[in-house]
Amino acid sequence: MVLKVYGPHFASPKRALVTLIEKGVPFETVPVDLMKGEHKQPAYLALQPFGTVPAVVDGDYKIFESRAVMRYVAEKYRSQGPDLLGKTVEDRGQVEQWLDVEATTFHPPLLNLTLHIMFASVMGFPSDEKLIKESEEKLSAVLDVYEAHLAKSKYLAGDFVSLADLAHLPFTDYLVGPIGKAYMIKDRKHVSAWWDDISSRPAWKETLEKYSFPA
Amino acid sequence: MVVKLYGQVTAACPQRVLLCLLEKEIEFEIIHIDLDTLEQKRPEHLLRQPFGQVPAIEDGDFKLFESRAIARYYATKYADQGTNLLGKSLEHRAIVDQWADVEVGYFNVLVHPLVMNLVIKPRLGEECDAVLVEELKVKLGVVLDIYENQLASNRFLAGDEFTMADLTHMPAMGYLMRTNINRIVKDRVNMNRWWEEVTARPAWKKLMKMAGF
Repeated sequence: MVLKVYGPHFASPKRALVTLIEKGVPFETVPVDLMKGEHKQPAYLALQPFGTVPAVVDGDYKIFESRAVMRYVAEKYRSQGPDLLGKTVEDRGQVEQWLDVEATTFHPPLLNLTLHIMFASVMGFPSDEKLIKESEEKLSAVLDVYEAHLAKSKYLAGDFVSLADLAHLPFTDYLVGPIGKAYMIKDRKHVSAWWDDISSRPAWKETLEKYSFPA
Repeated sequence: MVVKLYGQVTAACPQRVLLCLLEKEIEFEIIHIDLDTLEQKRPEHLLRQPFGQVPAIEDGDFKLFESRAIARYYATKYADQGTNLLGKSLEHRAIVDQWADVEVGYFNVLVHPLVMNLVIKPRLGEECDAVLVEELKVKLGVVLDIYENQLASNRFLAGDEFTMADLTHMPAMGYLMRTNINRIVKDRVNMNRWWEEVTARPAWKKLMKMAGF
């Protein structure tokens, strides 16, 4: 039985998808219609009780939270594809550090920008200009730290690409695209070079090609 | 070699690391970083933690920040010592990671601003945002219903053993339980049962004593 990823067209599931593709793991996807409220229906809530995407089903095994799925896939298929967890326990510690920075520090202001710029009208709430401005300022301060770090380190956790870098792909893709703030990346020399590098990886290109939201 | 932890023993994120080190019986030394005087924003600390937060650790030449990453590192490195915090199999570990990640995106995102408004702001003489507190309470209620359901059929968050999933919630939960809205947990039968059980653990009691709570 092949591993299934629910909700591939949305951003968070793409963390799982790009990891599966990097590791050469076969999988299927199951669309979830958020507009029709499919994620709030009992059938989906049985897979993901918070009613968000992704959910992953691997035979009898169910798991949710995109970064937990990334870790699971990277560990289970450690011996194939790039080692996205690093070689040593200490390497892995650095990967976990930057994966957590993404979750706790990078993602929250970027999520505000995503919701209020891309989805406010579609989701039916007023776009909060003050929150947008504050979120951009917060994200800018975070990116300044990334710029200093990436001046000394090719990738976030060291000289190897890891889950920490991949975790940034889906929402940063929104930032430089539909959110319209590519300058936040482009104006920072080392962040820009890092972004060009990770976003041109074949696995990410394939993810976008196959699972971008239908126009 | 003794792990050096830079932080304040009363703050939630350093407590997450301390609790892990206590459960794993790993020796440590706390180097106090004074949050009230913003020591965490000064150049010396920014070298350890470029986002100006606590905790950060130094273990010989090895340095790390982000409390959850630090906890996972020690739980992995000392897998055979002290409490097993990461489950018995890869599949179990992933469920532990799942609920630990839920803490970041669903729990802490609500509890942090609640504690800021109910505990920290009054202490600093600032005004509490009562409207925000009401909104956050409603959202937290919805989230805790899901936890309640999980704990109805599981002794702990990730199954029948205490793991990182439970540990990672405890510092912020401790703060929440010391506010005047703690009924939000106490009125939920399984959450209350879980909280009584996890806080009866010796490592937690030691930590609370160290923090003077």
